[in-house]
Amino acid sequence: MQDQEVIREFLVETHENLSRLDQEIVELEKHPKDAALLASIFRTIHTIKGTCGFLAFSTLERITHQAESLLSQLRDGQRELSPPLVSLILETVDATRKILASIEASGEEGPDSFEDLTGRLRAAAQSAAEPAGQPAPPQAGSQTAPPEDNAAPEPPEDKKPEEDATKSSAVADANIRVGVVLLDKLMDLVGELVLTRNQILQFNTEREDAALNATSQRLNLITTELQEGVMKTRMQPIGMVWNKLPRVVRDMAVAMGKQIRLDMDGAETELDRTIIEAIKDPLVHLVRNSCDHGIESPEVRARAGKPPQGRLSLRAYHEGGQVNIEISDDGAGIDVARVKQKAIEKGILRPEQAEKLSDREALNLIFQPGFSTAQTVTNVSGRGVGMDVVKSHIEKIGGVVDLFSRPGEGTTVKLKIPLTLAIIPGLVITSGGERFVIPQVSLLELIRLEGDSSEKHIEHVHGTPVYRRRGSLLPIAYLNQVLGLESAGRAEAVNMVVLQAEDRQFGLVVDGINDTQEIVVKPLGKQLKGLTVYAGATIMGDGRVALILDVLGIGQRSGVLAESREQARAAAEQKTQAGIEQQRLLLFRAGSFERLAVPLSLVARLEEFPRNSIENAGGRKVVQYRNRILPLVPLREVLDSGVEDHGQEADPVQVVVFNDGERSVGLVVDQILDVAEETVTVRQKSARKGLLGSAVVGKRVTDFLDLNHVLEAAAEDWFQGGGASASGKRILVAEASAFSRGLIRSGLDMAGYRVLEAANLDEAIRGLEHQPVDVVVAALDLPPKGSAALLEAMRRRPEWEAIPVLALADTPEQVREPAVRTAGFQDCQAKFDREAMLESVARLASALASAEPAVCVAEER
Amino acid sequence: MASDTDTLKSELAQSSGQFSTFFVADLFFGVDVLRVQEVLRFQQMTRVPQAPEVIEGLINLRGQIVTAIDMRRRLRLPPRSGDQMPMNMVVRTEDGAVSLLVDEIGDVLDVDAATYERPPENLDPAARDLIRGVYKLKDRLLLVLDTERTVDLAAGRA
Repeated sequence: MQDQEVIREFLVETHENLSRLDQEIVELEKHPKDAALLASIFRTIHTIKGTCGFLAFSTLERITHQAESLLSQLRDGQRELSPPLVSLILETVDATRKILASIEASGEEGPDSFEDLTGRLRAAAQSAAEPAGQPAPPQAGSQTAPPEDNAAPEPPEDKKPEEDATKSSAVADANIRVGVVLLDKLMDLVGELVLTRNQILQFNTEREDAALNATSQRLNLITTELQEGVMKTRMQPIGMVWNKLPRVVRDMAVAMGKQIRLDMDGAETELDRTIIEAIKDPLVHLVRNSCDHGIESPEVRARAGKPPQGRLSLRAYHEGGQVNIEISDDGAGIDVARVKQKAIEKGILRPEQAEKLSDREALNLIFQPGFSTAQTVTNVSGRGVGMDVVKSHIEKIGGVVDLFSRPGEGTTVKLKIPLTLAIIPGLVITSGGERFVIPQVSLLELIRLEGDSSEKHIEHVHGTPVYRRRGSLLPIAYLNQVLGLESAGRAEAVNMVVLQAEDRQFGLVVDGINDTQEIVVKPLGKQLKGLTVYAGATIMGDGRVALILDVLGIGQRSGVLAESREQARAAAEQKTQAGIEQQRLLLFRAGSFERLAVPLSLVARLEEFPRNSIENAGGRKVVQYRNRILPLVPLREVLDSGVEDHGQEADPVQVVVFNDGERSVGLVVDQILDVAEETVTVRQKSARKGLLGSAVVGKRVTDFLDLNHVLEAAAEDWFQGGGASASGKRILVAEASAFSRGLIRSGLDMAGYRVLEAANLDEAIRGLEHQPVDVVVAALDLPPKGSAALLEAMRRRPEWEAIPVLALADTPEQVREPAVRTAGFQDCQAKFDREAMLESVARLASALASAEPAVCVAEER
Repeated sequence: MASDTDTLKSELAQSSGQFSTFFVADLFFGVDVLRVQEVLRFQQMTRVPQAPEVIEGLINLRGQIVTAIDMRRRLRLPPRSGDQMPMNMVVRTEDGAVSLLVDEIGDVLDVDAATYERPPENLDPAARDLIRGVYKLKDRLLLVLDTERTVDLAAGRA
């Protein structure tokens, strides 16, 4: 009736638990007060009970349930452990064994319902529940226990020799735990045996010896079988992981008031042990996701015309040397519009990008870090760690995650996973007289350019070879050159393998292409670990070693993929993240400065005013703007002080308006040039007042305006007003780059903070010692050892302990890194997300301010 | 001085007193016999392009891939004559087995701890880094090879 596999695993697991239980109970007798031990025993019994409930073994469940109540009393200290109680528990263990034996033999629990034992357990538990005082429990226990001490444990012991030896222990004894290292070694040896066998078979065909022939045939058969057997030792059915899922689903369904039926198909599908381990968590996560986000509540389902019970099905099957696992539900499906909206809210997408996205691309957004569409955060999902982790886990083991969803009909997640990590398909190629293996996963296609055409097909762009592949240019690398091998001379044909590394493709020209093989990946020794061009080595059919190429490493070494792994990842993310880490700059011209820039995030709007609308008020140029008076600051006068050349001023006047809460100020410039969106490359600090420094923007040198200085010089009252919100608060900015420091400072200055600067840890400490600081803003990469070191130093000094620290990360991704999150900073923001930074500083500063008086009051009393 | 003799003693205590010996050019080396996994004749090797030059290649040792380090190059000695086939001395290290390519294998020797001495100060730095000490045998000097340092290619480069 029941799934035999599940029961078998239950038996193995329970046998293991029981033998541990025996030891623990004996140990407990020696140390009756050991809470950890009691808790462990309780847990074990509880586990057995839970599984029994699931498998509908009612007798066993009843017994273990009673034992559990008894143990919980012991654990909670409601009663003392006495020898009779220990016996009673041991008897429970024996009874459990007996039932297990029966289950193993017949699949049933057997005729004995253990009424007597259950009754005594119940009596023992109840006797303690009554507040009869201390003497009562031992009495109650001893009334029932002594007879069982003599009688009850004995019968099982009498039976055990026959029963356990023959049946009960059969399952437990049929399984032993073997170290993976040993298995790997066996695998190596079998591999070698196979090679030796091949040699002998070869030898055999040369001789014509009947006896040798027969022996080698036998050797052949045995070796093949042995090889299969050893390969199997590492394989485990996926049911091992699935076992836990019914419980997960049930608990979730109950917790959320849903009805969910779980179907599992293909639990016997075998996978390598290491892979089973690796997919465990992602699988549980996906199932939880389906229960939580996918399947609707019965009412919603009824309204949609679906049966109230939702269906969640798991399917595993082999296909093309891979294992496919499908997790599908018949729930609401994924609402693409909501995904997009969420992505915009989370800053993963810009609205205009969202419009262009296809439904499929939009679905893939849920694999973005920090994404969760759950409306409410439940205890099961919606905490923002999710599908991205699933994806990265699966990809780490060479798997692929696919997502299909139809609104109203359900969602299917399909995992394609290699059977094993140890054996991969690879293409054997030769170059410079050596054999190499290219992992099949990186291989896209093979191209052979024959005869005269070969040279024509490969063209050169500024000395770089490229190939026109279906209309697009494919960069090319020559393996002989990359590895410094001698070239085989002019071949009549060019063999090229098209490879994919991360998101990019390139062609690799090799001397010869042999065939594909299943290869066993072995690591290289420490001495060769530094070579990025190899992913490992393998032993070929002839017993010689061949190196496995690391496609990414080859690409990088040859210069075809110029960027490092991290940069490539960053670039790939940039595509989707739409330049969050890039600075958007407003470029304009003023006076003798041809190209000036301010961060666009500071700019409120750009306006044009007719020259004649500019008025004078209090010796200052102002303009009426939106029913207010907007003070104007002529930038050229500030920068080129003393030069007053009104003749050249344009009409209308170009004004850049800066806003800070209620107040605004307009900066008069000569001409607005452009808005540039790029990563600033070359940076040079300027000594000139009013400028922060220079950088190359859009391939031209651009001066960065020190807004703080400029506005302060020309409109000091603007700042005085602003100071009200944050006056007096001192902020220490610790950041290595003077340029970045300047940018951070200008934002803080404008918000009315007083800013101290520090370029490294020592300077920061000196700054803190020099004068009291309210908030520390520190770049994560603060020299020499990062801002964590500063935090640590601060937390060691009582007077600095309470100063909040805001960490600034280079990229939004870094902000979300768990290491950063757990480092102990009060907050972390991206360096150039000015608004978030200011908000955070304001919050931290005010939190401190409100905390302090509270402390004072307490001290006064 | 006392501490110096102490370290000498502890170094001696670590060894079994028996050494597998071998020749590299005219140098006579010994490795603690317990560290030697096996000795093999010259094996076919797979070259590793771009690897440090002291690495001769990879050999297949019953399914295990073992890196072979040429001791002549490791000690910055002139190369072997063309027809001389090196021997593989496979030693156990913290990082698994590594094969040392040597000129010739010698006997296993019992040595007298009293004849132990630190390597001379004026030894070529390439060798000095890899030699732990010297046993003064009757007719020649036995150099004790530090296998861990030998297989750590970053060592002895300065």
